[in-house]
Amino acid sequence: MKISGAEAVIRCLLAEGVDLLYGYPGGAIMPVYDELYKFQDQLHHVLVRHEQGATHAAQGYARATGKVGVAIATSGPGATNLITGIADAQIDSTPMVCITGQVGKHLLGSDAFQETDIIGISTPVTKWNYQVTEASEIPEVIAKAFYIARSGRPGPVLIDITKNAQFDQLDFSYEKCTGIRSYTPVPKLNLEKVAAAAALINSAKKPFIIFGQGIILGQAEEEFKAVVEKSGIPAAWTILGLSAMPTDHPLNVGMLGMHGNYGPNLLTNECDVLIAFGMRFDDRVTGKLSTYAKQAKVIHFEIDPAEIDKNVKTEIAVLGDVKEALTALLPLIDAKSHDLWHNEFKELKKIEYDSVIKEELNPTNNKGISMGETIEMINKHSKGDAIIVSDVGQHQMFACRYAKFNSTKSNITSGGLGTMGFALPAAIGAKMGKPDREVVAIIGDGGFQMNIQELGTIFQTQVPVKIVILNNEFLGMVRQWQELFFDNRYASTKMINPNFVAIAEGYHIKSKKVTQREDLDAAVAEMLASKESYFLEIMVEKENNVFPMIPTGACVSEIRLS
Amino acid sequence: MENRTFTISVYSENNVGLLNRISGIFLKRHINILSLNVSESEIENVSRFIIVVETTEKWVQNIVGQIEKQIEVIKAFYHTDEETIYLENALFKIASSLLFDEKQIQNIIKDSQSTIVTVSRDFFVISKSGRRSEIEELYAKFKPYGIMQFVRSGRISVSKQKMEISTMLETFK
Ligand SMILES: Cc1ncc(C[n+]2csc(CCOP(=O)(O)OP(=O)(O)O)c2C)c(N)n1
Repeated sequence: MKISGAEAVIRCLLAEGVDLLYGYPGGAIMPVYDELYKFQDQLHHVLVRHEQGATHAAQGYARATGKVGVAIATSGPGATNLITGIADAQIDSTPMVCITGQVGKHLLGSDAFQETDIIGISTPVTKWNYQVTEASEIPEVIAKAFYIARSGRPGPVLIDITKNAQFDQLDFSYEKCTGIRSYTPVPKLNLEKVAAAAALINSAKKPFIIFGQGIILGQAEEEFKAVVEKSGIPAAWTILGLSAMPTDHPLNVGMLGMHGNYGPNLLTNECDVLIAFGMRFDDRVTGKLSTYAKQAKVIHFEIDPAEIDKNVKTEIAVLGDVKEALTALLPLIDAKSHDLWHNEFKELKKIEYDSVIKEELNPTNNKGISMGETIEMINKHSKGDAIIVSDVGQHQMFACRYAKFNSTKSNITSGGLGTMGFALPAAIGAKMGKPDREVVAIIGDGGFQMNIQELGTIFQTQVPVKIVILNNEFLGMVRQWQELFFDNRYASTKMINPNFVAIAEGYHIKSKKVTQREDLDAAVAEMLASKESYFLEIMVEKENNVFPMIPTGACVSEIRLS
Repeated sequence: MENRTFTISVYSENNVGLLNRISGIFLKRHINILSLNVSESEIENVSRFIIVVETTEKWVQNIVGQIEKQIEVIKAFYHTDEETIYLENALFKIASSLLFDEKQIQNIIKDSQSTIVTVSRDFFVISKSGRRSEIEELYAKFKPYGIMQFVRSGRISVSKQKMEISTMLETFK
């Protein structure tokens, strides 16, 4: 069957099961858009308002569904606008395929109109990229792109397609990619290592589990829970591991890292065996490496060999698929309860509760609304069933610390890159991917204005996302650092904001602003009851800080409660 | 950990753009590449990069991990100098008149076991393969007479130990 390269792109996407993609048209990608028009009943294209929004929406879709997110853009500025989202997806291991148009092959390298070396630019932030210059290459390259994006440790792939390749004809046939000789997505599990890990776990007096997004990406939530429950070992999460296990599970002891919980951070330097599942010892989790868990023997379950011993020296590295590894581990571990060890966590939890959490969730001293209590209010009305998409800043840390999750893939946030502007478009993607679930975006007044234009996408598509702006009229997280480490010099962190409600209403989105505590409950209830999208601005205490905190470069045991 | 010289060898698919990806890994970590050579390998359609760096063993391990992670890389190894047979090649261009006027030059060529590649009316070219120190020694000897042009290649090396890469690739077929 002879078809154009552009039509081949669409047929490849359909063959990969794509029914939704995000993008923005332009000269070098117009042949593909023309085909999108013809195929619109099978492949829904969402017109975002900025290409960065397309990548974040594709990420939100991918994180909520576990499927590959797809974004598309024209050459030059369209392509470069994708880069932040691609970098974000790379560091957070999100499967995404981006397709960019490119000038014709005969113009490549001539500084043609809207030509940019997007392969060169995207190389450090993609799992793989490729420039297609002949129509005949399209099926094989797109098949490879999807295979690479979703297999092993997932990541973003970029395919750049020259305009001639979109126009030219090819003999079309499609075969899914099932393997590439130079690429081993999942290392083979070594059962001896699993047995050695089990023996070490069984011998431990104070074992401690830390888990990351690997559990979610490996769809190993059930197997993980079974291992935690049988072993009775306290388990703590990284922010990307959040929601892999229900927040209220009694063995779930809280969050690790810079703004994590007191107990898990402090006791990292107390445990005798530290068992890491699908996490990469990011510096926000470890603090100063030279003092991190030095007393502990470390067992690392990981899919990516390059992560082994990268930051923390392991005693036993179990490479491979985490679901398979957990299944093999379960029968080998002893059933225990570790009561005394759990009591240590409980005591520290009480200290943290009394000095930080109580006041945060129920402010008493005449202060304004706190970020923590708004998150609690959302918990109350969503009952822990919502997908929470948070942006970057203080509100993100409050959301990750206090939001309650009953089910997996419910916490969507920009972890590794910390990209402000992530949440609004990511929430669009999450809601489109999971239309049956409530999706609530929690965003600061700063981050909201980084991709505020996506209100237009919400209005045009009528996607019923709920948007909560926690407005402290500051770039709060930076202000907190200025207060604590730069002698209160608030350099360029005060925000004079526009009338957000008027802006949201300008986009015909139902809106409300809350300034008084007594209105909070009803407003959150109304927002969550709404069948349509809803914009809720909450004026919060201006100079509130997120605690506990491990200052950068400090050791996890130097965690501060105030 | 102390810095040492390591030879990293990378077996890869012969694809456009891979050099960019690999060099980016060194760039990100601020590690200077001392020498780089890319050529065909003993296996059909498989390229081999030989990269020489001076760094610690921990870093080189890390880097090799990151390199192997690249989709088109089949396998990467690292070796110390003791574990490899390695050499570089150099070309010296020298004025022909010296060959006749300076008796010593002919002795230098003979003693250094270098070969004359070509002789023309104006200049002749000498090729010397060997370790960096041997080439440098030769350079020092020619220098007083005047060298018109000098160029040295990147390091090429083979491991003393057998590399399992060929058998590994067989399993893919
Ligand atoms: C794109 C981008 N630019 C800058 C930063 C640095 N940064 C981190 S948090 C923050 C402040 C965020 O302020 P806001 O969105 O109002 O949220 P708040 O901290 O007040 O909750 C800034 C500027 C970033 N993370 N991302």
